Amino acid sequence: MEETKKEEFRILSTTAILGYGFPMSSFEEGMKRKPHLIAADGGSTDPGPYYLGSGKSFTDRDAVKRDLEIMIKAGVKNNIPVVVGTAGGSGGVPHLNWCYEIVEEIAKENDLHFNLALIYSELFKERIKCELVQDTMVSLKKGNLISSLTEEEIDATSRIVGQIGVEPFIRAFDKEGSNGVKPSVILAGRAYDPACFAALPIKMGYDIALSLHLGKILECAAICATPGSGSDCMFGYIGEDYFRVEPLSPARKCTTLSVAAHTLYEKTNPYILPGPGGHLDLHNCEFEQETENTVLVRGTKFVPSDPYTIKLEGAKLVGYRTVSIAGTRDPMMISKIDEIIEGVRDRVADNFAEMDALLSYNLNFKIYGRDGVMAELEPNPTTEGCHELGIIIDVTAPTQKEADTICAFARSTMLHYGYEGRRSTAGNLAFPYSPSDFQAGEVYAFSVYHLLKLEKYEPAGMFPIDIIQL
Amino acid sequence: MKLIDITEVIRSKNAGPYELTFDIMFKDYQWFEKVCKANIINEQLICDLYKISPIDIINIVEFYQANAIKITIIRPIASGDLGETDVYGAQQHGPLLDLEFDVL
Repeated sequence: MEETKKEEFRILSTTAILGYGFPMSSFEEGMKRKPHLIAADGGSTDPGPYYLGSGKSFTDRDAVKRDLEIMIKAGVKNNIPVVVGTAGGSGGVPHLNWCYEIVEEIAKENDLHFNLALIYSELFKERIKCELVQDTMVSLKKGNLISSLTEEEIDATSRIVGQIGVEPFIRAFDKEGSNGVKPSVILAGRAYDPACFAALPIKMGYDIALSLHLGKILECAAICATPGSGSDCMFGYIGEDYFRVEPLSPARKCTTLSVAAHTLYEKTNPYILPGPGGHLDLHNCEFEQETENTVLVRGTKFVPSDPYTIKLEGAKLVGYRTVSIAGTRDPMMISKIDEIIEGVRDRVADNFAEMDALLSYNLNFKIYGRDGVMAELEPNPTTEGCHELGIIIDVTAPTQKEADTICAFARSTMLHYGYEGRRSTAGNLAFPYSPSDFQAGEVYAFSVYHLLKLEKYEPAGMFPIDIIQL
Repeated sequence: MKLIDITEVIRSKNAGPYELTFDIMFKDYQWFEKVCKANIINEQLICDLYKISPIDIINIVEFYQANAIKITIIRPIASGDLGETDVYGAQQHGPLLDLEFDVL
């Protein structure tokens, strides 16, 4: 029996998000274990809608280049595929191209020659409008946030990406360039976080559930260890009916608790983990302490969905922001803060009542010390016992100029606002900076967060793949 | 008894832009089991702590593999919408740290 046993599939996950970094010593430990795959997840929706909407990366270019250069040099030299999911942070065309340029630069500077696959997952808006007509989309927005998607809303959305599963990666591994060579490096647009890790083992016949569940753990690299870290490597092994995880720094251990705990992270329900084309079922999953620092997992099931579904994400521009940061140390002002804010709001509204262009602003006061962190979820929104308050005057308006105007006016009004009992007639606010107001630029909001049912399409076929010879 | 004294982890985070999820991980299986059996972390408690209604609670799940109770609620606004105070949702766990209950 021993002879027929399949070799374990070995994966080196370098970092929680491409650009978050990793120690060279951990990477070298990983390379000693002769991985079949080097991979990293590149993105997340956590940093909010701005990055998807604006086409910018939330990670720094030099930091991404540093991580990628180490991965690609080692991968190309040792003939190990390097795969990145959600390149550029949000996986739209500008994000993918941003990451592609970095890889091109790395190849040039190091005189490396290889084929690069780019998997595009941004979808044409016209196509989404057709889906709208055919009623193949289900909103994933919750509660009061459900709004029906309309053609106008799709038009207002700056880009829509589809979260791809393993299928397009599997297709990319086999796609030859015009030189007849298969890609050594794959960069994908928006991808289900585990997909960049799970695609190759699934392609090679390893269990789907185990490959995806391991991918789910590896996508955050050393966060599943104790002490956890988002900037250290993690190693995974997939066997016939189990997988194992091993930290690569002697300072970390994987424990059954640290690995099981990670399964909870950022998920709605730890037993049911939905993704493209189905969900992982962890009801019968067992976590076993294998050695002092490694954990073995078995029992995960994959339940395919019918039809296959892809999650869509989109963000739209809602205006431009200007903020002013200030504080108060005046007990009278603190005790009257609500009244003062209302007074300032009224003054702003009254002052610009005749100017049509200045009617559709959003003026928000964040009061740190009271409910600046939790807003309406704050169980104790009081200023009692506060000796100082932090204040952010936060204005969003249709243009930057209008946001500037409203913010400046609200700031000067609040600074000199005369309230009952006031003693500090020279000024109500302490500004830490000059200038006191800051342009925060474009403001985006999530507009599309829907499941697309693929009744007519094949999940590997709907996302174009380019092969580039470097 | 304070929840903070019998747990290793109490945290909050977005689960996608429309949900907020809380993880409470107990120091050992005994504490986890006791708290589950006594049904201390229940819908009413979460509604009172966060001033929300039961329809805003998506689920409260006991995850024995991690000695953990997970609570997922609907975000008051989508992540990053106007009025946002915590884009990642990572600082909404505070009220759970203050939680006290009768000795089990």
